[in-house]
Amino acid sequence: MEVVVEKRLLPSRSLSIAAPVLSTLAALLISAVPIYLGGVNPLYGYTQLLRGAVGTKLALTETFVIFAPLLLCGIAVALAFTCKFWNIGAEGQLYCGGLIGSLFAVYATSIPSVIAIPVMMILGFVGGAAWAAWPAILKVKLKVDEVVTTLLGNWVMTYAVAAILFGPWKNPVTGWPESPVISDTTNYPILIPGSRFHLGIIIAMLVAVVFYIIIRKTKWGFELLGIGGNPTATNAAGINVSRQIILAAVVSGGIAGLAGIGQVAGIEFHMTTDISPGFGYTGVVIAMVGALSPIGVVLASFLMAVIVQGTQAMHRATGVPWALAETIQGIILLCLLVGLFFTKYKVRLRMR
Amino acid sequence: MSILDITLITGVLAATLRLATPLIYGTIGETFSERAGVLNLGIEGMMLMGASTGFLVGYSSGNLWLGVIAAAMMGIVLGLIMAFLTVSIGAQQHVAGLGLTIACSGFSFYIYRVTIEKVGGVQPHVEPFATIPIPYLNQIPIIGEVLFDQHALAYLGLILVPVSAFILFRTRFGLALRAVGENPNAAATAGIDVFKMRYLCLCIAGALSAIGGAWLSLAQSGMFLPGLTQGRGWVCIALVVFANWSPLRVLAGALLFGGIDAVQLSLQSVGWQIPYQLFLMLPYVLTIAALIAVSRRARAPAALLSSYKRED
Repeated sequence: MEVVVEKRLLPSRSLSIAAPVLSTLAALLISAVPIYLGGVNPLYGYTQLLRGAVGTKLALTETFVIFAPLLLCGIAVALAFTCKFWNIGAEGQLYCGGLIGSLFAVYATSIPSVIAIPVMMILGFVGGAAWAAWPAILKVKLKVDEVVTTLLGNWVMTYAVAAILFGPWKNPVTGWPESPVISDTTNYPILIPGSRFHLGIIIAMLVAVVFYIIIRKTKWGFELLGIGGNPTATNAAGINVSRQIILAAVVSGGIAGLAGIGQVAGIEFHMTTDISPGFGYTGVVIAMVGALSPIGVVLASFLMAVIVQGTQAMHRATGVPWALAETIQGIILLCLLVGLFFTKYKVRLRMR
Repeated sequence: MSILDITLITGVLAATLRLATPLIYGTIGETFSERAGVLNLGIEGMMLMGASTGFLVGYSSGNLWLGVIAAAMMGIVLGLIMAFLTVSIGAQQHVAGLGLTIACSGFSFYIYRVTIEKVGGVQPHVEPFATIPIPYLNQIPIIGEVLFDQHALAYLGLILVPVSAFILFRTRFGLALRAVGENPNAAATAGIDVFKMRYLCLCIAGALSAIGGAWLSLAQSGMFLPGLTQGRGWVCIALVVFANWSPLRVLAGALLFGGIDAVQLSLQSVGWQIPYQLFLMLPYVLTIAALIAVSRRARAPAALLSSYKRED
């Protein structure tokens, strides 16, 4: 007996759609083992997870609060991956956006909301965009691998934010590493009274719509898909590949920056060193699980938000450590990679 | 120079080698996998799992060396997973590595929490590895304390460097390994099993980085905390590039990065006012600068990030 691996002429369409679903189910099945090891019946655990994420109106609004930054980071990564710019720096771009946006928001006390909020968002976008621009320029001009530069950029930004928050911006009263509270006029309005469902959630969804339009309806989106498919041919077709990659990276970083300023203006109300528990990295999981498609990314973001929010509920109900959420996310991604393999290859056993 | 200055400098130098040790293990491991053509972004997760496994086994058995061995075995298992994903099924290397790291950073703390309960609110801890002074040599002023009064794992790390350099550049195995990373098709034509070679290198990478992680919990802190590695895995990724994929330069780079860390810690302890985060940032900035500097003569293994016989 031997295992024969054959490439499919075309990726299987039905499997491409089934792969994310089946991978998620497989990952939940695998994750049942650690839940069981934690002394909890996995079925009971998952019931608690679902109840805690979507079971009540308040739980659902909290899930949406996490959904917003995840969706933005997922879109950011998906947009960059579409033209094979492997941006794994969404985390750093998120922090840069949060930092630049709050530099304005803290001191915007005398500016009315209608002006202050858009300006803050633009600055958040610009901050994230700037932090994605230099790896893109290095890639295009000097062929420096963006996987490494965007990854290391995350840490440079993390420490830069920490240096500012532990230094000049340290809270003089409490000594905590946090900026002064941002101006009231820059707080995202709460849209559902009695919850934390804020404007940023709607903004994230609007960005998803824009992403859909870019990819499906515009010439630029078509060109990005072309670059992702075959850069040489696209170049030959007269499209300036370098410029498009830089543009995609900048927009990608900007969207991640929006996630950062959204956390500041919607949830935290000051810049801190932990406005993101790794949303930027989860964005990579989301982009892959969502197969880089706009609708897929929305669904995958919601799935991850349910897992993050629900695991906290499971933790409260059963005592299972919250680190489970990250474990499940990682396992979903690993299972997905296996699933993607089967969409592209046929595996069969052959008698010798 | 006053006695005080000498004590301070000696302390910083000794700390430099200590702090460089986990970097040496991780980076040498990463050098093996990248030389064979696989960028292993799972290294941060492997270090965390090594730290956690090493501590759990060391704590429950009371034998720290058993912990180190268990960590290495865990690293090999993770290396096999990474190899299955990137070699057998040809998944994109950076995505697979990131997935592994995400899963491991959650799981390393998860398994620790469900295995060990806090006893009376006290963090469980082990008596960390003691240093092993080498007789006579440790009496030499300054050098004695810096070089000859270290942990066993630090000595082994120092031996690992020339051994790895020898394997990579002076043996048939090393030649085959580098061929796989430069031009897998040509290597296969010459009769080298590309799949097997990459599997092996990822197991080496896994074992070494997990030992580096175990060093953190068993030799440095004597306990396990979530995120104990503080991004050292990513420093190793940076260091491989900084060291130009060469083990001997890895040692130099690890000492430089370890030295920056040691200076930063001692400045913090004397209450210096410049934010220490700027020092922690330095290794990453230096690596990015190095990447730019060497970009015109790209010397990364040519087949890095590309899968063999599989398309993405």
